[in-house]
Amino acid sequence: MKITREEVLHVARLARLKLDVAGVDAFCGQIADILAYVDKLSQVDTTGVEPTSHAISLTNALRGDEPGRHLDRDLALANAPDHENGTFLVPRIID
Amino acid sequence: MELSALSIHRAHELLKNKDISAVELTRAVLSRIAAVDDGIRAYLTVDADGALSAAGHADELIRQGRITPLTGIPVALKDLICTRGIGTTCGSRILENFVPPYDAHVVQRLRAENAVIMGKLNMDEFAMGSSTEHSAFIKTRNPWDQTRVPGGSSGGSAAAVAADMCLGSLGSDTGGSIRQPASHCGVVGMKPTYGRVSRFGLVAFASSLDQIGPFAKNVKDCALLLLAISGHDPADSTSVPRGVPDYSAGLSGDLSGLTVGLPREYFDTPGLSPDVAAAIENAVDTFTSLGAACVEVTLPHTDYAVAAYYVIAPCEASSNLARYDGVKYGFRDNSESDLMQMYNNTRSIGFGAEVQRRIIIGTYALSAGYYDAYYKKASQVRTLIIDDFNTAFETCDLLLSPTAPTPAFKIGETVDDPLAMYLSDVFTLSANLAGIPGISVPCGFSTEGLPIGLQLMGPHFSEEILLKAAYCFEQAAGVCNRKPNLNK
Repeated sequence: MKITREEVLHVARLARLKLDVAGVDAFCGQIADILAYVDKLSQVDTTGVEPTSHAISLTNALRGDEPGRHLDRDLALANAPDHENGTFLVPRIID
Repeated sequence: MELSALSIHRAHELLKNKDISAVELTRAVLSRIAAVDDGIRAYLTVDADGALSAAGHADELIRQGRITPLTGIPVALKDLICTRGIGTTCGSRILENFVPPYDAHVVQRLRAENAVIMGKLNMDEFAMGSSTEHSAFIKTRNPWDQTRVPGGSSGGSAAAVAADMCLGSLGSDTGGSIRQPASHCGVVGMKPTYGRVSRFGLVAFASSLDQIGPFAKNVKDCALLLLAISGHDPADSTSVPRGVPDYSAGLSGDLSGLTVGLPREYFDTPGLSPDVAAAIENAVDTFTSLGAACVEVTLPHTDYAVAAYYVIAPCEASSNLARYDGVKYGFRDNSESDLMQMYNNTRSIGFGAEVQRRIIIGTYALSAGYYDAYYKKASQVRTLIIDDFNTAFETCDLLLSPTAPTPAFKIGETVDDPLAMYLSDVFTLSANLAGIPGISVPCGFSTEGLPIGLQLMGPHFSEEILLKAAYCFEQAAGVCNRKPNLNK
């Protein structure tokens, strides 16, 4: 599978990245090289092999449904780029 | 001898006997940073006031006879470990002004022992890289040759220990990011078993692979740091509830009865430097002379590990890094008034090229139509790699290999060729895929005088055996005592 320039731009949009137009060709080339390399996985026979998502399998780590200690609101908002009345502010989305 | 050149366990003896004070020791380390970090550039933040105040408190405790192995010991942290009130950038513009409102679990543990936290260390952005050149802020240089990289992604953590700018440090290892820079900088570095150390407060890169671990000047110090940070933490649901042995207790004796496996595929790797091959051959002889039996073993899927890793890690990263949207914390671009443009601009300006490359690869591999071919396939190959290790550990107690195929490369050498940089992780990333522990110990020098590291890997929770083997080797080989000359 060879990834095209259009596909890279499409995936970048999905990932909310606006690629620098000047560098986009070199960038696409590097991504195509990496994907071409990882295509070697297709040489491995994995018929009937279970996938692994975690190397150390733990069953669900549960705790009692009791409120714990949490950050207070001012501390949680302290790093926000913009906030008002105890809430995070974002650019207007509804006119 | 300069106080900054002390090992942790030696400094502890001097503190305990009141031959030196923690404030004196901290001042000596601050002077060392002032003298050499202009050249090395390991630190992103030096917290001199916080360090001196912690040292003063440590001295008070020591006067009361309340001393633990890390009380008053100056240590430093890779800048993706959250420190309350001290900026934590992850080497990225997107977190340039982020000041965590809480401490990571490992930081809580260090503070509980009254260790002295000197500051935060440089790294590849979001731990993505093998050279520390992908930091958004500075390029750290290798103390042994300042035209070379320190390795990465925990390059600052390795260089700071090698250059005596802290007595020990913590880093994180997702595909070799502790072991490879330890090898390149001539220090000891250990990636513990996945789940051994809590990841609470570690900025996430690839959550099924990330693990925090220590850098130290010798194996004994490494064992002390590992003991201080290991153990179950309810705040990390992947942290394993299992007792922690005293890792420094078993550091003695010889290696009789130990079977050491030499993975054939690691020695047949194209690109293995002759100097590295020779140093490892000598190390094998040393293990034999210590009483270990060295046998050849096979890890047949080694050739696919880099490919599996560079699917799985970017997939996890693309998901983890979706949280950086300019809303709750971190950088926001305000140049346009539309929300979607704000997201796009914030992420494009905030993330560097390597991070964007991996987000795009991960997003592509997880997208509809490609999931089976990439993520599922890589996860199946991951199972086969784990099976390879399990089979090997039926015939040996641990595996011995080089840590990296070559000594440290030149600054700039792989910047335009990310694939070449990825291939330099060939010996380390399988351990992350399998969740097993690994340690890098200095084992020799190249003809150019660059350090070479030996890697030992063992089954899950075999840290005690790895540390003992590394310790016996270190005592017999005696290469840990050489220091870089920073005046040239």
